[in-house]
Amino acid sequence: MKKIIILFFLIAGIASSTHAQLYSTRNAYINFYSKAALEDITADNNQVYSIIDASKKNMAFSLLLKSFIFKKQLMQDHFNENYVESDKYPKAVFSGAYTGDVTLNKDGTYKIMVKGNLTLHGVTKPIELPATLEVKDGKLSGTAEFKIKPEDYNISVPSVVRDNIAKELTVTVKANYTTH
Amino acid sequence: MSIKKIICIIALSVGLQQVYAQDSTLLSKLDDSMQVDKKTSYVTGTFKAIYIVNMQTVEGEGKGMLNFEIQHRFGEINGPTGGSYNLYGLDNATLRLGLDYGITNRLTVGVGRSSYLKTFDGYLKYKVLRQTADNNSMPVTVSAIAYAAVYTQKSPDDSFLNIGNRTAYSAQLLIARKFNRNISIQLAPTYLHYNLVATKQDKNDVFAIGAGARIKFTKRMSIEAEYNYLPDGQIVSQKTHNSFSFGWGIETGGHVFQLVFSNSQSMSQTQYVAQSIHGVDQSTGDWGDGNIYFGFNISRAFNVNRPKPKSPGGN
Repeated sequence: MKKIIILFFLIAGIASSTHAQLYSTRNAYINFYSKAALEDITADNNQVYSIIDASKKNMAFSLLLKSFIFKKQLMQDHFNENYVESDKYPKAVFSGAYTGDVTLNKDGTYKIMVKGNLTLHGVTKPIELPATLEVKDGKLSGTAEFKIKPEDYNISVPSVVRDNIAKELTVTVKANYTTH
Repeated sequence: MSIKKIICIIALSVGLQQVYAQDSTLLSKLDDSMQVDKKTSYVTGTFKAIYIVNMQTVEGEGKGMLNFEIQHRFGEINGPTGGSYNLYGLDNATLRLGLDYGITNRLTVGVGRSSYLKTFDGYLKYKVLRQTADNNSMPVTVSAIAYAAVYTQKSPDDSFLNIGNRTAYSAQLLIARKFNRNISIQLAPTYLHYNLVATKQDKNDVFAIGAGARIKFTKRMSIEAEYNYLPDGQIVSQKTHNSFSFGWGIETGGHVFQLVFSNSQSMSQTQYVAQSIHGVDQSTGDWGDGNIYFGFNISRAFNVNRPKPKSPGGN
């Protein structure tokens, strides 16, 4: 009898933990913005892949650096060839977890803290940032804003263009998820 | 078995699952769907500018982009108009101002005006094939150019020449391959048509073949070279020299700057590839005799009508 009880709990335990609540999107939006003395540089990427496992409070983002669209073609070429070297390192990836209470079956805006690893230009760094999750009509969406330093990711800015590129870039994330 | 043990086992099994199902599975899920959605991607930046030195590259302007091109050549370093008396050519100058506009990402239109023989030129360039980035399904980028140039310089000898007599055309197929991030090579079979040639023995229709290359030696600096070979027997009334040029390209934020050495003073392909115009000096001299022109190319891109990326997407 005891064994049956154990087995029951084991199966129940495994079943409940594998029943993941997955939310994902293929067109999340990430923008970065550089404000410098000589010019403002901004680029948009509408082809960001993201997934949230709400049951485990894990999340991941992945994007192709080539999909960042700049105002000027030359900037875009320079970004890919000279800075992020997207031929060698095509993707930027984040994976991590969040803390904070999110009631998925109730409309509302929830503040969360996201913690994880960001990999860019072949360098992986831990980052931590506040973000917002919103539940509305059963749909999940998220926004965040944080700053990163290119030099942390071995992206060197030559002295000639130092006044054109900010030391810190502001990154904005917007994602509207669908349920699986 | 005690209750404690049972709880332990449950906690362990749940806990193990938790550990096992961490980040990596989510990332691999993303990787899978990225792989499925993968689109063909194309090689970018085979060349950084529209010109290798004088020869056009396979590159066009992006849609809605306007490029302002300044091509400047001093006088010859050595030779009749060079030497120390003319400060090795620095006393003289030839300038071409050009505008290039991307109608689509593949079609570029350009106009220019050069002080060499007061020449007006215009061209249409279409990118026919694009080299693919991830596999070799398309190993080269191919662009086709249709080009025309009219020289308008007047002289007492040729007052009878009308605009048709002064016009020459060229059609060029540009075939380029970016071998790796540092080396790009281009071949350019060229067909030229001169409405008027100096003598009956000279051909109105001339074939030539050009080759050019770019080698990047730092992220922002490169060396370019080009050679235009004109097979014998086409232009016979005057001595021709094959045009041979070098460039040292430096990219800065918004523009590309290039220092140039060439034995061609003209920057019009109908003039430097084969000069066949009645009563006009050759535009391409002899490297051996020091008929070398120092100069520079500067290109600056302006964002005229670039489509904005779509606003943050829904689902």
